[in-house]
Parts: sequence; structure tokens; C-alpha cells
Amino acid sequence: MAIEKNYLDDIAIGEDILSMQNITKIYENGFVANKNVNFTVKKGEIHGLVGENGAGKTTLMKVLFGQEIAEEGKVLLGGNEVNISSPLVALDYGIGMVHQHFMLVESLSVAENMVLGSEPTKGISFDYQEAVRRATEVSKKFDLEVNPKALIRDLSVGYKQRVEILKMLLHGAKILLLDEPTAVLTPQETKELFIQLKHLKEKGYSIVFISHKLNEVKEICDRITVLRNGQSISTSDINAVTEQDISKMMVGRDVFLKIDKNEPSFGDDVLKVSNLSFKNKFGLYAFKDLNFTIRKGEILGVAGVEGNGQSELADVLAGLETIQDGEVMVNGRSIKDLTIREIREEGVAIIHEDRMTYGASSTQSIKENILSDRFYKDEYKKHGFINWKYVNEKAKELIKSFSVKADGYDAQVRTLSGGNIQKVVAAREFTSNPKLLIACQPTRGIDVGAAELIRKKMIALRDEEKTATLLFSADLAELLSISDGIIVMYGGRITAYFPDVSELNEEILGEYMLGLKTQSLEVAGGVLVD
Amino acid sequence: MLDYIFSVNFIFAVIRMGTPLLFVGMAAVIGAKANILCIAYEGMMLFAALGGVIGSAYSQNIFVGMITGILAGSIIATIFAYFVLYLNTKPLLTGLALNTFGTGGTVYIMYLLTGMKLDTSSLASLQFPTVHIPIIKDIPFIGPMLSGHNFLSYLAFVVVIAVWYFIFKTKMGLRIRAVGEDPDAAASVGINVKKTKFIAMIISGVIASLGGLFMSMGYMPYFTNAMTAGRGFIGIAAQNLGRGNPIFTMIYTLVFGGAMAIGNTAQSFRLPSQFASMTPYLVTLIGLVVIGSRNKKLKTKKQNIK
Repeated sequence: MAIEKNYLDDIAIGEDILSMQNITKIYENGFVANKNVNFTVKKGEIHGLVGENGAGKTTLMKVLFGQEIAEEGKVLLGGNEVNISSPLVALDYGIGMVHQHFMLVESLSVAENMVLGSEPTKGISFDYQEAVRRATEVSKKFDLEVNPKALIRDLSVGYKQRVEILKMLLHGAKILLLDEPTAVLTPQETKELFIQLKHLKEKGYSIVFISHKLNEVKEICDRITVLRNGQSISTSDINAVTEQDISKMMVGRDVFLKIDKNEPSFGDDVLKVSNLSFKNKFGLYAFKDLNFTIRKGEILGVAGVEGNGQSELADVLAGLETIQDGEVMVNGRSIKDLTIREIREEGVAIIHEDRMTYGASSTQSIKENILSDRFYKDEYKKHGFINWKYVNEKAKELIKSFSVKADGYDAQVRTLSGGNIQKVVAAREFTSNPKLLIACQPTRGIDVGAAELIRKKMIALRDEEKTATLLFSADLAELLSISDGIIVMYGGRITAYFPDVSELNEEILGEYMLGLKTQSLEVAGGVLVD
Repeated sequence: MLDYIFSVNFIFAVIRMGTPLLFVGMAAVIGAKANILCIAYEGMMLFAALGGVIGSAYSQNIFVGMITGILAGSIIATIFAYFVLYLNTKPLLTGLALNTFGTGGTVYIMYLLTGMKLDTSSLASLQFPTVHIPIIKDIPFIGPMLSGHNFLSYLAFVVVIAVWYFIFKTKMGLRIRAVGEDPDAAASVGINVKKTKFIAMIISGVIASLGGLFMSMGYMPYFTNAMTAGRGFIGIAAQNLGRGNPIFTMIYTLVFGGAMAIGNTAQSFRLPSQFASMTPYLVTLIGLVVIGSRNKKLKTKKQNIK
């Protein structure tokens, strides 16, 4: 199979090296991730693959790298149809993928990682000197400096990425797939990466650069392909399109949802966040110096491309992560040193985006899940034991009012559909008399009926119980139709605040979400209602 | 008591008591490097101990006995590896089952062959020879400590070095470490994860078997019912405290060997022998607490919740 790699060498620069035609990928649950996608890469180009989360970029790359098998369509390499059944086959064909999560063994050295799988030997021993020599050779050849003897665990993220790229090159990759390579890098490291990628391009290597950071795409790519809702929208030369054009193609226009809601009537502040910052495990800021408030009866939407600090913010507000710096006040009380139960008793409820880990316990029954935040309360106890009769009654009531379709309250949650599981979570969180509801992607991946019910219940909480809601959603139509105001998070900061959504549309939001525009601090700071 | 600890006899006893622990410790090091949770070493050792006795008794050849013993122990290791890696059974349960099988199965076989349920003293089995090292044996103080041990005791120290070399200096060792630490990364460059783990487990089984052979053909002249008495677990503990490093693991097995040596002579010093028998486990517990609290600091709050 090594012949294939040489075959790719014969293609002239600028000719098509890779062509994916009419790729359709349908997952087992019926989700169509790619629909008739066409994608062509020329030799010696950096090709940007852009699109929102869920647009199908990752699926397309998984198909190309043999991690997923497409239902329809074909892949051509240098004009010949190939059957890529596994990542190893892909690597044999000269396709190398640099994952966001690096495929490096932490306790081994750079050289050992690079030769793993085709290790040099001398007698009965592993030939470490030869491994070092090979690593040094490839590092010199591509002008990517690494210390072959350094241990991976001692290296920075940018350095590891360099090792990963070199490893792929050493294994003979001619086409490199980089899955959001800059997401984990500091700005300096990003700059370095770009220089390295340009070097590779000059040497005739082809690079697929997946990103949703338009400024980066504009800087590094020769051509781009935009995906939206699993379909390829267009492929164009980078000079022929502006960032605004790309943004429009990415966001598109969805049909507005029609939802009835009363005129807002806001009360006192429920949540007040001041100068809140959070560093992730890599020591990078997930978000920095956030300031905002939510009032009684207000739904504040948070727009932003995933990975701009939203998940971490939700976790900090719910007490799942510690407050490192700054202050969070709920009903005027700091939640800094409170346990999760104490935070909940302050009236905080959360629909976590990771439904199966933090939302529900899949092997337990519906009633146990509904009860899990309140079993300790006297109301649910009788002579010190759980009053199951009362629990059953309550569960029955909630199942009815949230129209959970299930085989009674004893059914295990894992037997339910995604939408019904989310209804169970909502049935618990929405009925704990929440003063503050943190709703993260509450309707993601669930059926239309369940999504509508959850949206209506959120509006009902706002109107009837005056609950303050912080709504994180990737669904812009949902954000625009439910929220009273919207803040945009980009790069871990609030870059825009729109107190009134009625003048807003997806295109405007898209420009802020992708960092093309930023409001001045005064305007964006207007969310601090003092 | 202190006189004993500083005596030549004590050092000699440490090496003697430490020998089976050294073998199991090294076996556990390889298992741990491949990230396999194996607790079946008791079962492997018992089968190896009986296998060696039977083989040597019927052939009257110590080499044949060694081979049959290693085969018997390795069969348990193979069963363990096959169940865990290819049938996806839970390692803890599989190990537990094989240990129980080891205790009961060896007695059953012993009964079939000898009609005895307690030991094989009726079989004319052989023992590994004691080795008197020339020159060294004549050096005062050092000689009596280091010379005159069982052949397997010397082999144990050779195995420590061999395991160290295997793990850190050979291609297979590199692959075992890669597979144990990050199976996804190893698989991504074409390494067969299951096969690599399987090989690691067999090698681990062979080494553990040598520990079993020492019990019935060195430490004692015959096989007795459940004679390993938890040594398989102490070996695992030593590996844990040594954090998977063969040299540190060796040091801990010798510490445990020392604790056992004290236990054997404790009664004459009016100290309950049970106290000394418990010492290795007490040391393990303390060690695990230290390691545990160190690891906890490295995790974030959310990881702790999970």
C-alpha cells in the first residue's frame, strides 16, 4: 500500500489530490450528519472547512479518515476511487489526522512517540538512538524544531501539536487534516503554527484546516468550503469572499419560531456576576472578567460559538466548578463557599448540556430521577424513610404535566428517547421553584414536540414564577424567539449586549459570534444594570 | 528484637521471605504497565506450585518440574487474559474466580493424585538446589548473608533486572507501556492493543509462576493447601507502592519480606506473630493513603464529582 503514497507525489501542484463526492452519512439514530457533500482539495493548498457546530465538519473528516463509513458517495485520491475502512488504511493512503485530543503517550519521549508502530530495533532491544535520529531527521527536513528526547508530558500544547504533525509526516502523510488546531493554542502558538503550515504547503503538502474562526481562515487558507446543516454550501477562493460573506453562508437563515409570550416585567436582580474569570486545566482563560446581571422574570440568552467559555460559565454558576476569581451573587448572597445543595436551596436549577452525565441517572427510574434533588426534604419522608406512596403520586403528576412518554414512573430512564429524558430532567429542574434557571442547550438533539414543550415551560416559568433564566443555546432561532435580551460570548468575553431582541437577527448575531464585530466596552457593559 | 534485625540471620531471612514476593511484584509490574487489573496471581502461584511438585515427582527431573509448574501457572494467566480481553469480563471478578479456583482446584487435584487433602509430602518431589557462591561464601558477615540461598532467590534478582530491561529497553516493552497508558494513541499507529496486552499477561503469568515454584520447591519441600497465603496480593501492593518501577517495587517487596521475617520469629520475643503478619498490609494501607491524597490534589472539583 506504500505505493499509493508515492502515487500522490506524481500529482502536479494545483491538481486535485482528494475529492469526496456526494457523501451522505446517516447515524444510527437517524440523524443525517452529511447530505450529498462535495469536497475537493488540491495538491499544495490549505483548504479551510468552515461551519457552525453540528454543521457536519467533523463527520466529514471522520469519513475521510475511516472512523465512520459513509452510506453513500465515494472518495477519490489522485483520481482513483479508494475504500478507506479504518484510520490505518487512511494513514497508508497518506492521509494523516491531527486530532484536537492528541494521540500521544504522555510518559514517552518525543522520538518514541514518533516511531511508535514502526519501531527500529537492534538485536533484542529497541533502538532508541535510531528513533532519535529519525525524529531529528524529519524535524530538520520540515524545519519544525523539536527535542526528540523530551517527554511529552513536559511539553506545552503547541509543542505537542508540532510533535503530532511531525509524527504524521514521519508516517508518510501527504494530506494533513487539522481539526480546529487553534482551539487549544495561545495567540503566539497560533502564529507559529501558521508559519509551519505555510512551510508544509510550499513543500507540496495539502492541508485541510477545520475552523470557525474566520480571521484565521482568511489569513491561512487558499480556498474554503462552507458546510451548513450537513450540506456543502459552496467552495470558493479565499480572496473572492469577505468575512461577512462567509458568516452569512455559515449562519444562513432559519425559519423563526413563533412563541407566544407576555410583555416582560422585570423585578430585582437575581443573578449578579462581577469580574468572574476562570482558567481551564491547561491554564488558559476559559472566560475572563465577565460582568452581567439577570432580573426577575427575565430570560437572558447567551449566543456564541461553542468553546468560547459558555460551558465553563454554566458549570461555575451551578457550583460544579469552583469560583477562582470574581464574585457570583444569587439573591444577594455570594455562592462562593456554598455546596451544590446550598446553591440549589438558594433557588438555582440547571439543565446541564451533558444530559446523561449531569442531568439524569440512566439506570434509575423516572421517579428516582425526578426525586433526586429533593429526597432529603421532610415532605418526601415518613418516619425517616422515603415515602414512596407520596413520591409515586408526585411522579405521576409530573409525568403527566411534562407529557413524558414512558411505561410508568418505574421505567428506567435509559429506556426513554432523548426528548423524553430531557423532559424528565426538566420536570425535576422546573418544579424546584427555581429563582434562577441555567438552561444549557435545553433542546439540543431532541424531537420537535419535546423542544416545544420545554420552550413553553421556560416561558411559563418566566411569566408565572418570575424565574430569571440564563439560556445557552446554539440554536439562534430559539435564542431570538425566547430571550428578552442576548449577550454574545467570544474568546471568553462578553463582546456584545442586546437588551432588546426585536431589532436583532441571525446575521447580526453571527457577525458578533464569529468575532467580526465587537461592541465597545461601554455598550457591552450595559448589561450591568445598576 | 533489635539484635535480631541487625543480625546476619535476619538479612538472610529477608531474602528468603522476599523471593516469592519479588517474582509476584515483577509480574504485577508488567501487568500494571499494560494497565490490566489482575489479582489472579494467587491462583497462578498455587497452580504453578502444585504443577512443579507433580512434574518433578513423576519425572524425577527438576527441569521438567520447572516447566510443568510454569505451564500450570501460565494456563491460569491465559484464561484470565482471554476472558478479560476477548470476552470482556470484569477483571476483578475474573481474578477473584481464578483465585478461588486456585485454592479449591489444587486441593482437588492433590486429592486425586495422593488421596491427601493437606499436603503432597507423600510425593517424592524435588527441590531447587541451594547455591553456595565461591569466594563470597568465605567472606565473614557478607558470606552467610548472600551465599547459600535457593537457586530461585538468585533468579528473582536476575528477573528484576530482566523485567527492567524488557519494559524500558525493548520494542515490546515500549508497546506495552504505550498500550497501557493510551490505548487510543497506540491503536492510531497500528498497534494491536488486545494482542499486546495478551502477551504482557502471559509474560506476567510466567514470572508469577516462578514465585509459586519457590513456595513448594524451595521455601517448603512439598505443596500444602493454600500455601501462598496472600503473597500474590502483597506483590500487587509492592508494585503499587513502587509505582510500577521494577527497582522501587523490589525495595518494597524486601520491606514486606522483612516484615514477614520478623513475624516468623516474633513469638520468641513475646510479640504476637499476628501483629507482624499484619505489618505488610499496614504498610500498604499507609502507602496507598499517601499516594491517594497526592493524586487527589491533581484533580479538579468537577473530576472529583464524577
